[in-house]
Amino acid sequence: MDALKKELKESIIEQLNLEDFTVEDIADDDTLFGDGLGLDSIDALELIVMLDKDYGIKLTDPNEGKAVFVSVEVLATYIAKHRTK
Amino acid sequence: MKPCYINSAVSISAQDTLDNSNFLENTISFEGQLAKAIHPNYKLFISPIASRRMATGVKMGIAAAKKALELAELETPDAIITGTGIGCIEDSEKFLNAILDNDEEFLTPTSFIQSTHNTVGAQIALTLKCKGYNVTYVQGAASFESAVLDGQLLLHENEAKTVLVGGTDELGKYLINDIILAETAEKQPITTPFGEGAHFFSLSQSKQNKSFAAIKGIKIFNKATTETINIKVEDFLKDHDLTTEDIDAIVLGKNGDTFDELYQTLQYSSFKSIPQLHYKHLCGEFFTASAFGFWTAANIIKHQYIPEVLKLNTIKKSNYKNILLYNQLKGQQHSFTLLTSC
Repeated sequence: MDALKKELKESIIEQLNLEDFTVEDIADDDTLFGDGLGLDSIDALELIVMLDKDYGIKLTDPNEGKAVFVSVEVLATYIAKHRTK
Repeated sequence: MKPCYINSAVSISAQDTLDNSNFLENTISFEGQLAKAIHPNYKLFISPIASRRMATGVKMGIAAAKKALELAELETPDAIITGTGIGCIEDSEKFLNAILDNDEEFLTPTSFIQSTHNTVGAQIALTLKCKGYNVTYVQGAASFESAVLDGQLLLHENEAKTVLVGGTDELGKYLINDIILAETAEKQPITTPFGEGAHFFSLSQSKQNKSFAAIKGIKIFNKATTETINIKVEDFLKDHDLTTEDIDAIVLGKNGDTFDELYQTLQYSSFKSIPQLHYKHLCGEFFTASAFGFWTAANIIKHQYIPEVLKLNTIKKSNYKNILLYNQLKGQQHSFTLLTSC
């Protein structure tokens, strides 16, 4: 699980161009949207595409997305459970 | 048309031009085919949150625009007019390559959103919270001149009192290699490097404390030959009650290719007795490179001094009042711009 969390942090930094962040700057339980990393709705779309492309997970329910993208910890748990690749 | 006044001129280019205290004093020579821009610390102009999605051209444009407004002591202009030949090619390439690489699946929105030509003008407006007139001109090598002409018209028609005009183009990563390859196959190819840059100017309807030059006239035309170019320039000057005798320096967009004969025609005839200048060896060739020439001419009027690196001949003048710019690309998209002291 730790390897997956690190991989997710690296992907988030790269995909969302978080130039000033390193993996160490993102805690497992940091909130991704709002007060945490400050991500926005365009970032949410980028993350949905990342889940589909890298892990074969298709998120279609907006409410499910809200719950899944709470933090890296929550996202990693969801991916570990639902991934198809 | 009434003249409009230049209150600031800002350049981000392959030379150290953002620092206004240095007017082409220590220039860089280029051995290779690319003249990449010298980038400032963008954090001074754009918040990290906002800049993380911005490609090179957008960052350059916003930084140059904000600096131009700061120097003109203007918070928000009435209009923002941008010229670009190739737009946000970096994001266009990223988006199109993603389509190919992912077999038209998994397309992310960011590069698509940022890939349009008007991204720079839009992002400047968003940054400044400017809800006024905002137009981007994409007219090849006359893109910047089209923006300036529109700005001049707005001021003339009293639809705006202050206008921010600029030109911006970025090199990108892929298309430029094809352009270089195609150019290499030419019998007499472009010999200056290919470049990038952002140039912004704050213009006003009335003369202000910060005004240091004025735009007297601008003309864009698509066709000219070595037989007609002298007549065209004489007609243009006549429209502004001037003759070739009244011009104190001519700034030419020479890039070394076969179409330089148009510039040479003017050099050896109408303007053989005045200082002749070139600049694309410093900034590179790109669709809005003429904005670097415009910045150069405005600074010559401001400083009453021509840096050695620009000179094509050794003729000097005691006073630089009227400066004419002529630019074209591949024998098309010609433009005359006439700047004058104020």
